[in-house]
Amino acid sequence: MDKTISEKIISSHAGRDVYSGDIAVVDVDVVMAQDGTGPLAVSQLKKMGFEKVKNPAKSIFFIDHAAPSPRKELSNTHAVLRQYAENAGMVLSDVGEGVCHQILVENFASPGDIVIGADSHTCTSGALGAFSTGMGSTDIAVGFALAKTWLMVPQTIKVNFNNIPSKGVYAKDLIIYLIGKITAEGATYKTLEFSGSFTKNMTIDDRFTISNMAVEAGAKAGLFESDEITKRFLKSQGRGNDFKEVFADKNASYEQVIDIDCSMLEPIISMPYTVDNVCSVSKIEKIKIDQVLIGTCTNGRLADLKIASDILKGKKVNKNVRLIVVPASKKVYLEALKEGIIEALIESGAAIQSPGCGPCVGVHQGILGDGEACLSTQNRNFKGRMGNPDSFIYLSSPATAAYSAIKGYISDVREIL
Amino acid sequence: MVISDKAIKYGNNVNTDVIIPARYLNTSNENELAAHCFEDLDKDFIEKSRNSKIIIAGENFGCGSSREHAPISIKASGIKLIIAESFARIFFRNAINIGLPVISNPEAAKNIKDGDNIEVDLDRGFIKDITSGKEYKTNPFPEFIQKLIENGGYVNFVKAEALREN
Repeated sequence: MDKTISEKIISSHAGRDVYSGDIAVVDVDVVMAQDGTGPLAVSQLKKMGFEKVKNPAKSIFFIDHAAPSPRKELSNTHAVLRQYAENAGMVLSDVGEGVCHQILVENFASPGDIVIGADSHTCTSGALGAFSTGMGSTDIAVGFALAKTWLMVPQTIKVNFNNIPSKGVYAKDLIIYLIGKITAEGATYKTLEFSGSFTKNMTIDDRFTISNMAVEAGAKAGLFESDEITKRFLKSQGRGNDFKEVFADKNASYEQVIDIDCSMLEPIISMPYTVDNVCSVSKIEKIKIDQVLIGTCTNGRLADLKIASDILKGKKVNKNVRLIVVPASKKVYLEALKEGIIEALIESGAAIQSPGCGPCVGVHQGILGDGEACLSTQNRNFKGRMGNPDSFIYLSSPATAAYSAIKGYISDVREIL
Repeated sequence: MVISDKAIKYGNNVNTDVIIPARYLNTSNENELAAHCFEDLDKDFIEKSRNSKIIIAGENFGCGSSREHAPISIKASGIKLIIAESFARIFFRNAINIGLPVISNPEAAKNIKDGDNIEVDLDRGFIKDITSGKEYKTNPFPEFIQKLIENGGYVNFVKAEALREN
């Protein structure tokens, strides 16, 4: 029987043919936790009596959510991760290396892999054709210990992104539009498989943005087939040999198929306090902003920073706005420096912070004040997300964010394109 | 197992950022987490949870971050059970893994009112709203998940399996 990408990858790791609805115990290729969820994974590992992990070369602790640490309590939890990693011979990605999901795609996740991580946006690696999904600390502790986990094989929704979007419309607009259409729980327990003619014209960074936000529709994974674009990316990371063809069988069974005509879309934002509360930028009232964040695991990559700097180059950020830019990884940061992107951003008035999660999760580097509004390229705008329940978060593409930083309110970037 | 208590009712899309904000994730201590549970959603939760130990909620309960601190803080607040129209998948796994029973039952979750007295029989699979007199049938968990629950959560299950293999 023909299979979806999820059914193929899970079958190959279960050692038998499985289909949606089956529960399978599978081998996992990459396991990770970050500084928010890792300490609890360590205590669960110790409770189970594991001082070592099964596959240390692909077991990773990332210190990225509160890095560098803003408080002694967090510094102490970081120390727990460093020590366990050293004893177990695990990989430690420490302060300044970058946000976990970017490092995973640069160095660890490969097409056809199963990747599990104690962070909901682990679905990002799906852009490479890896079945990659977020879980909690206990699940991940077992994954570290045994290099196995259990999965219910998900049903799949196929999303076809057809036709070329018009100017000013980016991958972020596409995925926010999709979430608005199917709602924040439209894909709960399911895989989103992304296809359609435009996927062949996307950059790999576009694909990362789209897979990253699959979980905002409740999805377990957000998958692309692997192709020449995937191969080029892996080669650029010195991992050409990790390429493998991943594709769905012709007659695979889908729960539903959604066709989106990208040429009809406009720049779009998510309004407080849910990602599916979407509105076209052309239809909103004047929304004044106090802070703009460009970065995170959603939109902190080279292509994103380049789009922002092209808009901000030679211009000044509005005097009432703080612009914070956080490159997703050290590699991205260095490339952006070489290309003059960072210089242009600093000249325009941006504050550049060390690679990591930045202020997205509300523990450091830009917590909002009472009543303040932030336009961010991150993936989540829940109440209190950026550290203050009395503030407001709007989500957009890097282009909309950069142009709005100049204007001082949320603005339609098509005015200058 | 039979659980009977009063209901606290919340709406749709209750996310993990409001269940336990990231600013409190510098600890895995259950009681410290419980002290801030639902702080950004309902400042009276701690007071309410003294007398009401069943949460009733709408769609997509527990959406957002993968933080297991969310079900841990709820469980440590004394909550014995959550009935929702639907759950986000990571929260569902996390709750089962730490032994916090969660039941997805749209009809019951819609109809039960804040403050109702509820009785739930997990083994026989029914929910009884004593206040309104209505009863709802629930589906039993798949066999694999039942085993996890019977073992008292994932950690104990893995320990038991490891013993069996040796």
